[in-house]
Amino acid sequence: MAKLTLSFNDRIVAEYELDKEQMTIGRKADNDVQIDNLAVSGHHARILTILNDSFLEDQNSTNGTFVNGAPIKKHALQDGDAIMIGKHLLTYSNEAASRGGDNDFERTMVIRPDTKGMPENSGSESVDRSVEALGQQIAAESDRSVEQAAGRARVRVVSGANAGKELELKKALTTLGKPGVQVAAITRRAQGYFLIEIEAKDGGHPSVDGQQVGSEAIRLDNESVIEVAGVRMEFLLS
Amino acid sequence: MLVFAERSDTGRKRPHNEDRVGTDPSHGIAVLADGMGGHKGGEIASALAVETVTRELATRLPGIATESPDDEAYAPESLLTRDVVHEANTIVYETARTQPQYEGMGTTLVVALFYDDRLTLAHVGDSRAYRLRGGQLEQLTRDHTLMQELIDRGFYTPEEARASLNRNIVTRALGIEESVNADLQEEIALPGDLYLLCSDGLNDMVDDEAIRLTLDKFGDNLEEAADQLIEEANGNGGQDNVSVVLARVIKPFPCRRSWFRRFVDWFQ
Repeated sequence: MAKLTLSFNDRIVAEYELDKEQMTIGRKADNDVQIDNLAVSGHHARILTILNDSFLEDQNSTNGTFVNGAPIKKHALQDGDAIMIGKHLLTYSNEAASRGGDNDFERTMVIRPDTKGMPENSGSESVDRSVEALGQQIAAESDRSVEQAAGRARVRVVSGANAGKELELKKALTTLGKPGVQVAAITRRAQGYFLIEIEAKDGGHPSVDGQQVGSEAIRLDNESVIEVAGVRMEFLLS
Repeated sequence: MLVFAERSDTGRKRPHNEDRVGTDPSHGIAVLADGMGGHKGGEIASALAVETVTRELATRLPGIATESPDDEAYAPESLLTRDVVHEANTIVYETARTQPQYEGMGTTLVVALFYDDRLTLAHVGDSRAYRLRGGQLEQLTRDHTLMQELIDRGFYTPEEARASLNRNIVTRALGIEESVNADLQEEIALPGDLYLLCSDGLNDMVDDEAIRLTLDKFGDNLEEAADQLIEEANGNGGQDNVSVVLARVIKPFPCRRSWFRRFVDWFQ
């Protein structure tokens, strides 16, 4: 099991086992790791543990969280990482990680929001209880449909005679443009909406925020400006 | 018009091959599954899934509707794909439920169905679809894994993720519950495109840039490209079963529909 060693001025003050899915670090008494020092925010950082891995997340602390000298917001912890919070040092050690290789190619396992589905003989001895709550929560979020994951979106024409018109992107694939001139498509994937060039004549290409679209799809962000066949449109996520 | 190639290899470390691939060139179908579960369960699950999907698509495609209702997001081919994936889920799930030796078995699944200058992708788990277009390789599917969720939440870069111990945890699989939620997406297929379906035995062993180089170099000969990919995975350790299906678009394959119909009138 992974653990944290808290030291101050090179003296070990305490040790903590990472045996919960979430361990909080901060100045206030309700933290799992309490560091009573004014340089430390009330709720400074937290560590999430899923199976063999732990993740450090700064909780918008005033003075920041540093790992091996660099400021971090989110960080996947590795054996030996030195976490500085104020003038306190937390050392992360994880024997499973330093053992290396063995687990690397262990058989595939399934985690589900509902553990009923978990295969029995799939190395479940390595499933500690941390997976049961946090892992299931993540599994539940991972189970969203493409529509839910990508969100609802529309495009609004901002140039030319049709300025102001809107089209809701209800289809998994929507084509835009003028055949023989320039055609593009917007496809919906789990990571969001992407613009793809389908047809371009005479060196003119569709663009997204001024960037020419080539053979690779470009992901659309909210308020991205798309230009296809001379018509400018704004992409809007709702 | 399309050409296909498929390979499935046990790799260097595993006693059995639990992957399964299937293609039906005349119907534009490519399917790949990576099974899991002991006592041959993994082999049975992936075989049931691939056979059900390939057979049912081929049987039902000829009778398919020409278009979906206006308020339906997906083309009829996508809806059919989703239906047959659900059917495959039921078959694997019921087999596992009624035969004790297969209890807990499941499988990943990725399906590519080509029609009318387009394709539908449906997938469950961590088997992937990539596309090589104009020398650029793009991963089209998003893995259903704990790792992918952690990457999306900003805890890992994809490079760091490769070194983690929690790589083999999938958040969705076919056959382990009564129903399954497959991701569906539609893409445009252009002449020259090269599509790759693969099990994680490929992308765990061979990085995206090496896959890109191989497809770019051998892409004119799909059989050779498929052999090369398997060889590279095995050359790098072959820790898992490794399978690939390749599909290249040679010429446009328009069918009854014209996309022009779908264009909005802002462009006229």
